[in-house]
Formats: sequence, C-alpha cells, structure tokens
Amino acid sequence: MSSSVDTIRSLAEQEYKWGFVTQIDEDRVPKGLNEDIIRLISARKNEPQFMLEWRLNALRHWFKMAREEGAPKWANLKIAPIDYQAISYYSAPKQRPKLESIEDVDPEILRTYEKLGIPLDEQKRLSGVAVDAVFDSVSVATTFKGKLAEMGVIFCSFSEAVQKHPELVKKYLGSVVPHTDNFYAALNAAVFTDGSFVYVPKGVRCPMELSTYFRINAAETGQFERTLIVADEGAYVSYLEGCTAPIRDENQLHAAVVELVALDNAQIKYSTVQNWYPGDKEGRGGIYNFVTKRGKCLGVNSKISWTQVETGSAITWKYPSCILQGDNSVGEFYSVALTNNRQQADTGTKMIHIGKNTRSTIVSKGISAGFGQNTYRGQVKILKSAVGARNYTQCDSLLIGDKCGAHTFPYIEVRNATARMEHEASTSKIGENQLFYLRQRGMKTEDAVSMIVNGFCKTVFKELPMEFAVEAQKLLGVSLEGSVG
Amino acid sequence: MALLEIQNLHASVNGHEILKGLDLTVNAGEVHSIMGPNGSGKSTLAAVLARRETYEVTQGRVLFDGKDLLEMDPEEAACEGLFLAFQYPVEIPGISNAYFLRSAMNAVRKYHGEDELDAMDFLPLYKERMKLLEMDEQLMNRSVNEGFSGGEKKRNEILQMAMLEPKLAILDETDSGLDIDALRIVANGVNAMRSPKRGFLVITHYQRLLNYIAPDFVHVLVDGKIARSGGPELALELEAKGYGWAEENEQVLPA
Ligand SMILES: Nc1ncnc2c1ncn2[C@@H]1O[C@H](COP(=O)(O)OP(=O)(O)OP(=O)(O)O)[C@@H](O)[C@H]1O
Ligand SMILES: [Mg+2]
Repeated sequence: MSSSVDTIRSLAEQEYKWGFVTQIDEDRVPKGLNEDIIRLISARKNEPQFMLEWRLNALRHWFKMAREEGAPKWANLKIAPIDYQAISYYSAPKQRPKLESIEDVDPEILRTYEKLGIPLDEQKRLSGVAVDAVFDSVSVATTFKGKLAEMGVIFCSFSEAVQKHPELVKKYLGSVVPHTDNFYAALNAAVFTDGSFVYVPKGVRCPMELSTYFRINAAETGQFERTLIVADEGAYVSYLEGCTAPIRDENQLHAAVVELVALDNAQIKYSTVQNWYPGDKEGRGGIYNFVTKRGKCLGVNSKISWTQVETGSAITWKYPSCILQGDNSVGEFYSVALTNNRQQADTGTKMIHIGKNTRSTIVSKGISAGFGQNTYRGQVKILKSAVGARNYTQCDSLLIGDKCGAHTFPYIEVRNATARMEHEASTSKIGENQLFYLRQRGMKTEDAVSMIVNGFCKTVFKELPMEFAVEAQKLLGVSLEGSVG
Repeated sequence: MALLEIQNLHASVNGHEILKGLDLTVNAGEVHSIMGPNGSGKSTLAAVLARRETYEVTQGRVLFDGKDLLEMDPEEAACEGLFLAFQYPVEIPGISNAYFLRSAMNAVRKYHGEDELDAMDFLPLYKERMKLLEMDEQLMNRSVNEGFSGGEKKRNEILQMAMLEPKLAILDETDSGLDIDALRIVANGVNAMRSPKRGFLVITHYQRLLNYIAPDFVHVLVDGKIARSGGPELALELEAKGYGWAEENEQVLPA
C-alpha cells in the first residue's frame, strides 16, 4: 500500500524540467556597473545618442537611489543582498544572428527553444502565434514578421526598433514607467539590453497572438529586458510572455520593465506564464524576478488587461498596473501566483483611476505550498477627477499544508465620493474532505490536488488564450508536485 | 465468497474508539440497511470502509471481494468498486460536474487498463442517467456541488453511483434532506441499480426510504457494534419502539 505521503515524497524528487544549460560562445561585457559599461553596451548596440543619454541619466539616478535608500524594503520578502558590481550586464550569443532570417540563428539556440517546446521554425509554429525569442540579453529571432508587416504591425526586438523606428521609441520609452519610478526600473533603464517592441497602427486588429519567450542561459548575468507595446486608436493586440532559466546555485537577477500604451478605443491584452527557475527545495539558487509592468489607458474607452500565472522564480516582486487616464477606460488584472518549497512572492496590482467612469477589476488567486510565502499587495486609487469610477477586487488564497503563508495587503484610496468599490477576500485550505472526496471517486492524490487547484484558478485561466491556458494548467500540476504531505 | 466480510472491526478517531468489534457480511445481490442512534458510528463505518485516513483501524479484518480492504488506500478501494455516497457531499469550486465525473470514470478505467472515455462517449450516457434521476441538464456544467440545494447534492451522489457502477455502494443518509418526490426518484435510481452482482449498504434513520428500497436485511448499530439484525420487519419495529428497545434486547446473531 502506498500512502499519499509516500507518493508525494517521490513526486517531490521531480526536478525542474527546463534547467539545462546551452553551450554557446558568448560575447559579454566585464562585470560591474559604471558609466563606461553603459557606454560600452550602448556602443555594442550601435545606439543613437538619445538612447545613451537616456541610459546615463537613469544610471545616475540609480546610483543616487542606491546611496540614499537602496532597494525597496516595503515588500514582504526576505532577499539576500545583491552585489550589483558582480553581475555582467550584457551577454549575447557570439555569432550575432542577422535578425531577418531564422536560418541564421545559431542551431544550438534553435535546439534550445525546440527543447523548451517553442520551435522558432515558422513551419512548425501554430500559425496563430508570432514569437520573439530573447536569449540572455538579446533577441535572437522574431517569427512571422513579414505577415505582420503587411498589416502595418511592427513586432521586433527592442534593438531593432531603436534602429528602425527611433521616433516611436523616443515618443513612448519611459512614458509609462519613467526611470525615476523605482530602484529596479532605474537599473533596467540604465542597462537593459533588449526586449520586444510592438506597434499596432490605427484601426488594426492584430491577426495573431504575439509572444516573447525569454530564456536566461549564461551564468553570473542578469536579464534586463524592456518591452514596449503601443496600440494606436482602435487597435487590438494580444501579447503573451513566457520564460525559463537553467538550474544554477546562485541567484540570478531578472529586472524587466514592460510599458503598455493604449490610445482611444484601443485594447491590449497582456498574458504572462512565468516559470523562471525557482531554486531547489532548500531555497538555493533561483531567479529574483523584480519586474515593473504598467499600462496606460491614455485614450477614451481604452482597455488594458493583465493576466499572469506566476509559478517560477525564487522571489517574485511585481505589480502589473493600470493608469486609467482616458474616460471610460478599463483596467483588469487576473493573477495566479503559486509558491512552493522556499519560494516567495509579493505580487498584485495598482489601479489608478483618473478619468471619468473608469472601471477596474482585480482577481487574484494565491496558492502557497511547502514553506512558500505568498503576498497579495494591491492598490486602488480613485482620484478626484474620476467621477463614477468603479472597482471590483476579489482576492483568494489557498493553502496547502501548514508551513506556508498567505498575506493580503489591500490599499484603497478614494478621493471621489461617487466611486463604487467592492472587495471580496477569502483564505482556504485544501481540505482533507475535498481530497478524500476525489480519492473516493478513484483519483490519485496528486491528480486530486491538481484538480482542486485548477478549479480554484478557473476564473483566471479562462482569461488566458486557449493554448496558454492548457500550458498553465500543466505547469501548475508540475509546480505543485510534492506539495501535500 | 461474500462481497464484503467484516470481522471484529475496531476503529478510532483521534484516539477515541468508535467501532468496537463490528461484524457484518454482505453478499452480492443483497441490500443491507444500517440504522442506529446519532453518533453510534454509522458514518464512521462508511469512512473506514472507504479508507479515509483520519480513521485508524486498530483491530479486525475486512475482505472486499476477496481482497484485503484494509490494505487499500481510498482510490484503490474506489477503483476496486467501492462507492460511498456522502452524508455531506463536498463542493469543488471551478470544476464542472461533467469534467469531474469523467475524470473519476477515467481514473477507474485506467486502473483496470481500459481506454479512457472521451467527451463523445461520456456525454450521451451522462445525459441518460441524469434523466433517470430527473436532474436538470444545466447541472452538468456547474461546479461540483457548489450552490447545489441539499436535495440536488444527494441526487448528484446517486448520479455518480449510477455512472461508476460500483460493486458495493454505501449510501450514508442519502434520504435526509430529500422532499417526497426526490425520495422516490432517488429510490428508483437505486432500485434500477440493483443487480445480482452488486451489494448495497444503506444507512438511514427512516423507514420511509426502506418503503421504496426494500432491504434484505436490517441491522441496528449501537455504540460501535451491531446490536440487532433482522429482516425488513425490524425497521418497522424500530420505528414503533425506538432504539432503546433494540439496545435492551441486544442479541448475538448468526453471520
Ligand atoms: N473526526 C472525528 N473527530 C472526533 N470525533 C469523531 C470524528 N468523527 C466521528 N467522531 C465521533 O464518532 C462518533 C460516531 O460518529 P458517526 O459520524 O460515525 O455517527 P453516526 O452514527 O453516523 O451518526 P449520525 O446518525 O448523527 O450521522 C460520534 O460521537 C462523533 O462525534
Ligand atoms: Mg452519520
């Protein structure tokens, strides 16, 4: 007879499946952070003067912050001190691919993406998704560019956008997340090396899902990418982001910035399945995922939706937010965050209501297992100008076992009496009675846990594009293995 | 060979002994009713047989279809054909009834090395059985038991039983909370499932269910032991005289 405890133990031995390292030649800059390094990075990337200035400005601000207050301390996280001078801020596969053709990409890198289940070969891709692949610091391939270009949609690496569309970059870069925003945003602005750029012109409904797949490969590097998505008037785009990293003993820093801009009647749907290496069972290694994501509903009737499934990383610190500036604009945040073993997550959102009749919806599902610590932190701010604003927040926590923790910090600030706010919260445990019920019907313990958790996350999963939803469900199952004892 | 053979079963919860030497034999094709005062151990017996891990067996032997039931974990017992209709069915938010039941059936099929049922095979059967229990088809897309009325939950248990077609079905107070029509419908569902290959253990407090499901045997459980056994007439006698009578007239019965 195998008791459920035994099954779970054997499952706990299962490893992170994305943890391999690809052997390729890298071109990297020396470790450390100073103005010369920034000049070097900017020169490697052949950037125009305005970009260099922008970076140096950010670096000076970051040094000031580092001297004065250091990294933010308000989050409910235990973070080992990070030596920012011990990181190499630029690592690129040596043979720089010509971005025009997949055939030019190092076959070793193509194989890496194949292994990750993200074939870059357009023939093999499901035709509904265009992919930009970012390997360490640079974008290595973007698929379906030609097809998108026919409709006027720009989807390329950030580096390429800087070269080919400097006017758009100049106009929108930092317009949603200025370098002064926070410590990690300042760092990112100084050192970011690549990322994705999307522009959807007026009235165009982007015909396929756009997707970026991030992979950290090199050791002792950080990944600092920057994504900028602009949906012009009446445009629509759905964007997906996925990520993995090899298993390494030391922690690696990932400090990304994502900016979204929606003009009048435009709509952006941004989905993330985050599966960075979480560290081992004792909490050694893993990615520090410190990310600033923000969208601005600049135009009337615009809409920005964030959907995230966060299962990886040793530490997650991220608050995808919406600034609801245009009248009648809508912000949404749907989140599943899972922490198992020694993982920590402090995540949530900010909804800033500025325009009239702006509406926001927040649905957060936190799952804690093992010794995992899961914090929801959300701010809803209704400014004086936001007549008739509405917010609905639902915040649920699920605990598996009794050594994990769930914490909820809602901040609500209302400066207009016409606002309508609704807040619901719950904390529950996977009950022995639920497990027994499913097992009595013949299901194995791990399938039962997975079913209960998937049910708990249902309202978020249904916001994900179909293909991603299936992946997210499977990922949740894998991440939970070994969680019931 | 008996379908279920319980010998001298002792079981405790949190160190309290609840079952104190229980003997019971159920043959295939038989319907046994278990009655007894609140707290006497009826649900405990059901939970022990379904291998709930919070219940510790301290003594005794249970053979289920010739196999040692006490060596099985809950999913094994279920896959071997033991079904428990819960006194308090559990809610599983976010999982539809149809998905849940198909997963259950496929778990059992997998255990027996059979092919999985796809939605096309499953749905017609599911709808047919729902009709038998006069259930609204809408229920199949709703989350398992979530927001169900008490009666709907009980009917849903019987629906699951009808789909899983177990060898032994244990019904724990499936009649409580049912209105008169629902009682008849559920009883019809159970009667439709009676077969020479299947056994039933029907836990109830009331004669009215037994009017529909005519049991072959009635047992009275008092303080963790079978205090009295008999035919259907025992239930009527109990209804007239109360449990006090059964306790006073404790008797030792042939197995
Ligand atoms: N998990 C538990 N922890 C502590 N005591 C328990 C537990 N489960 C059952 N008991 C106790 O065991 C005794 C028998 O309970 P059981 O539920 O088997 O009774 P029952 O015969 O089904 O009663 P009813 O007719 O009210 O359903 C009761 O005194 C009950 O309080
Ligand atoms: Mg009971």
